[in-house]
Amino acid sequence: MPVTDLSPVRGEDVPPDFSSGADVLDSPTAPAVPTLFRRSVKRATAPVLAAVFVLSVWQLAALSGLFPRLPSPVAVLDELAKLLRDGILLPALGQSLGRAVTGFAAAVLLGVPLGLLVYRYGAVRTVLTPVLAAFQSLPAAALVPLAVVAFGESERSVYSVVLLGAVPSLSMGVVGALDQVPVLLRRAGRAMGATGLRAYRHVLVPAALPGLIATLRQGWTFGWRALMTAELITSTPLPGVGRILDTGKQEDSFALVMASVALILAIGVLVEAMVFRPVEKRVLYHRGLLV
Amino acid sequence: MSPATTAAVRLTGATKTFGDALVLDGIDLEVAPGEFLCLLGASGCGKSTLLNLLAGLDRPSSGQVSSGAGRPALMFQDHALFPWLTAGRNVELALQLAGTADRAERRAEAARLLGLVRLGDAYGKRVHTLSGGMRQRVALARALAQGSDLLLMDEPFAALDALTRDVLHEVLIGVWERRRPSVVFVTHDIREAVRLGTRVVLLSSRPGRIAREWRVGIPHPRRAEDATLLGLAREISRDLREEVCRHARD
Repeated sequence: MPVTDLSPVRGEDVPPDFSSGADVLDSPTAPAVPTLFRRSVKRATAPVLAAVFVLSVWQLAALSGLFPRLPSPVAVLDELAKLLRDGILLPALGQSLGRAVTGFAAAVLLGVPLGLLVYRYGAVRTVLTPVLAAFQSLPAAALVPLAVVAFGESERSVYSVVLLGAVPSLSMGVVGALDQVPVLLRRAGRAMGATGLRAYRHVLVPAALPGLIATLRQGWTFGWRALMTAELITSTPLPGVGRILDTGKQEDSFALVMASVALILAIGVLVEAMVFRPVEKRVLYHRGLLV
Repeated sequence: MSPATTAAVRLTGATKTFGDALVLDGIDLEVAPGEFLCLLGASGCGKSTLLNLLAGLDRPSSGQVSSGAGRPALMFQDHALFPWLTAGRNVELALQLAGTADRAERRAEAARLLGLVRLGDAYGKRVHTLSGGMRQRVALARALAQGSDLLLMDEPFAALDALTRDVLHEVLIGVWERRRPSVVFVTHDIREAVRLGTRVVLLSSRPGRIAREWRVGIPHPRRAEDATLLGLAREISRDLREEVCRHARD
């Protein structure tokens, strides 16, 4: 055998294909997608476990006799059933959700454009940022008496509390989300000719989308909390869930108070799980920000 | 045609200061149509500032920039692709912003450009599923989609490994030979500069001035181990080292 034989001693005869660069192996591979059934089971496991855990602790605490006034979960469930039978539950739910959705929509229509103005114009930013930040820190409970004095015990005062609760948070959130768009992406957009409104449409808004969704979620939460506060403190002609809570307090009924708190909590959890989380997941997934 | 309109882009006595710091000092530079110009210099010598002036993203403190090619296409060290779009849609957006109104036409052209950078099968892929080299090739396709005769590149391959960079050099030269845009390619890699450029301009540091320039007459495809290229690289390397040492002494 000649000494100058240069044929490979080891390894494949066919060299790996580097035609697209040596870092082809760097491209992440997509994970296998599990079946729908498995995904549903996996997704449901954590919330179900959490609910079982809370209910068990609650039941044990009620049975232990350490808290003589604490009603058991079953007693609270009974209370909810009674509210349903008496025709109080569904109208109240409808009222509260209706107000929340209308108030939120109005807050978005006001807060988002306001945020865009603050983002776009330096003078507006200088003047309004401290004002919005101050309002954002103001608890809704402090706004209710103000609204009642101004508008009386009416829908108007409820809505004004919701708006004052949600709008500052929405505006500040929009500004924050847009501020966080990487400079490089703005430059790339500008170099391609995306200026003015086209920059917002093609670069800024899509780039800020995860932050904007977080902003909407926070705006909803602020609005929902403000609404509950308003319903609790004022007495509008059409009672909402907050009023049931107030009735429970007036009647000194622990079970009724627990029932309405559970109701308010459930609505918050459901809106989060059925609206905001799916949208957010989808957006993050497409950007490779979610595994 | 008067000489003023034949250059793809031209700087005349361009000076740039940031506060008290003089970054660029009296730069006269003309990029001819179809030329591949490599701008070479040590880190922080003002190469990127110079590129920003050529791109029209920044204005000179004094002096003039005149561009005959319209809005130049830009490529950065980071791919700067939009992560909410697929590879193909990124290219399509550039076409849309450049004025191609018809959707089907955009789609076909984007697919063709991705084929040109040898990424024909990446159309529907998300940016985050592509490797670094593939991302830069999509970025190149996107830059080409602007249809500009002037392509400005700011160390576009600096973050890639040597083998991948080699592949991208071939892709870039292939594209350049076919479409003949004027290219200004900023780099601090001498071998890269002599491998790609038809002209290499060495920028001195603090303040940035044009120190020297070389014409590289060797036709493409060039071999990395070509003796003339290696000799040229050594010569430029000596000059660059002198530049750096001069500053170390100051």
